[in-house]
Amino acid sequence: MNIEFNIFQHLGKFLIMIGRMFSRPERWRMYFKEMFRQMVDIGVGSAFIVLLVSIFIGAVTAVQTAYQLYGTPFVPSSYIGLIVRNTIIFELAPTFTALILAGKVGSNLASELGSMRVTEQIDALEIMGVNTESYLISTRVMAAIITIPILVSVAAYSGIMGGYIATAAGSNYSVEDYVRGIRMYFDPFDVQLMFIKSFAFSFIVSSISCYMGYYVNGGSVEIGRASTKAVVYSCIFILLADYVIAALLL
Amino acid sequence: MIEIRDISKSFGEQHVLKQVSAVFESGKTNLVIGISGSGKTVLMKIMTGLITPDAGKVFFNDRDYYDLSRSEQKLLRREIGMLFQGSALFDSLTVEENVMLPLNMFSNDTQKERLDRVNFCLDRVNLAGANKKYPGELSGGMKKRVGIARAIVLNPRYLFCDEPNSGLDPRTSIVIDDLIIEITKEYNMTTIINTHDMNSVMEIGEKIVFLYKGVKDWEGNKDEILQAKDENLNSFIFASDFLRDARDALKEKKGLL
Repeated sequence: MNIEFNIFQHLGKFLIMIGRMFSRPERWRMYFKEMFRQMVDIGVGSAFIVLLVSIFIGAVTAVQTAYQLYGTPFVPSSYIGLIVRNTIIFELAPTFTALILAGKVGSNLASELGSMRVTEQIDALEIMGVNTESYLISTRVMAAIITIPILVSVAAYSGIMGGYIATAAGSNYSVEDYVRGIRMYFDPFDVQLMFIKSFAFSFIVSSISCYMGYYVNGGSVEIGRASTKAVVYSCIFILLADYVIAALLL
Repeated sequence: MIEIRDISKSFGEQHVLKQVSAVFESGKTNLVIGISGSGKTVLMKIMTGLITPDAGKVFFNDRDYYDLSRSEQKLLRREIGMLFQGSALFDSLTVEENVMLPLNMFSNDTQKERLDRVNFCLDRVNLAGANKKYPGELSGGMKKRVGIARAIVLNPRYLFCDEPNSGLDPRTSIVIDDLIIEITKEYNMTTIINTHDMNSVMEIGEKIVFLYKGVKDWEGNKDEILQAKDENLNSFIFASDFLRDARDALKEKKGLL
């Protein structure tokens, strides 16, 4: 009963927060300024880690797929490129990137807003007459929704390039086979699905993390807890949404 | 003028405020005093709309805050300035950006006019030239003064100060007190200050409300407070041996003992 009450209480608070996010900004220019600042934080600040992880993921996927198919007479080696491309576009680029960003961006958003709450900076904005849900949360959610799909595209491209590098570095099939594979049976819907997932995941990461930080009550210990919860719940809901989207759209 | 009527607030089983009523006049420094946990901060948060009371009304010149729509409340809040206990400055913004934030949000002035206003306010709190410093580079007293500059930048009609002297040395406390009283007189603001600093009480307490366990226990001014018969108030004011001795010496001098 208590757990159910808590779940509905959080859901209610979360939905109210989302509703208030869409109130009319006091000054568009200030909102855009805050959004661009967040876009730089999320995008530029996370580009390197996303690039690095996705190159290695692509390389490992290529090596392991080649290992699985080694010696199979009925599967042409060009299928390695096809499998790497589809795995990365369908799953690894959007989901892995979102999970990485849940750790990096999610904890950052939760602790930033949590610190603002406990040091009364949010109260200061409220007293000025600023709609803080809109100014602090909608700008961050919008920044994530714009930036994370770009990072996912970068991850997809660099993942496929990672597979290419692994192939070129030495494997039992040729680079030409790999390139032929990544061009085979291409369906633009695959990329659409990748973007649908990345939009959904970016909303999940940013809104859950902002929720956890915005409603912090207490001191530095609670900020740490909120930060951890932001990462954990973001990861859980990313995986859940991943399944739901795949089940609905494929 | 701000009037509160029968304000009550509970958090679960804990009754923090019980039917507190008071009138705070404009152009005066109104103090709310009491020991820690007496409900001062909750009362201030209710008056500024950060916490909703369980019962009671808060009037800002006859406008009942809790009868207003959300958008009307937001408009009213632009008439309020607040100095927070920890200053609540935005760490990522410079002093100038902190003070300019309310203007950037709500003013239609040009950039030059806004900058002039910021410089005027910083000059008013004796911080001219500190524009490009970050809060991390400022002392506690300087942070409070930036907080005051930010609170007055929109020419508020109502100024709230939550423990303005906490964490400050006695000399800096006097500077902050003087600044608050000067600004209050200059702009004829309704100023409400939460404090348990007895020096402030005796210096700037033109109207004093004493809260004890969530109830208004005494009301008066700095001239009346030393003669008050209220036991709770006396144990709050004369908590130290030094102050008790000073009171007795003063009474002896006046032939009252």
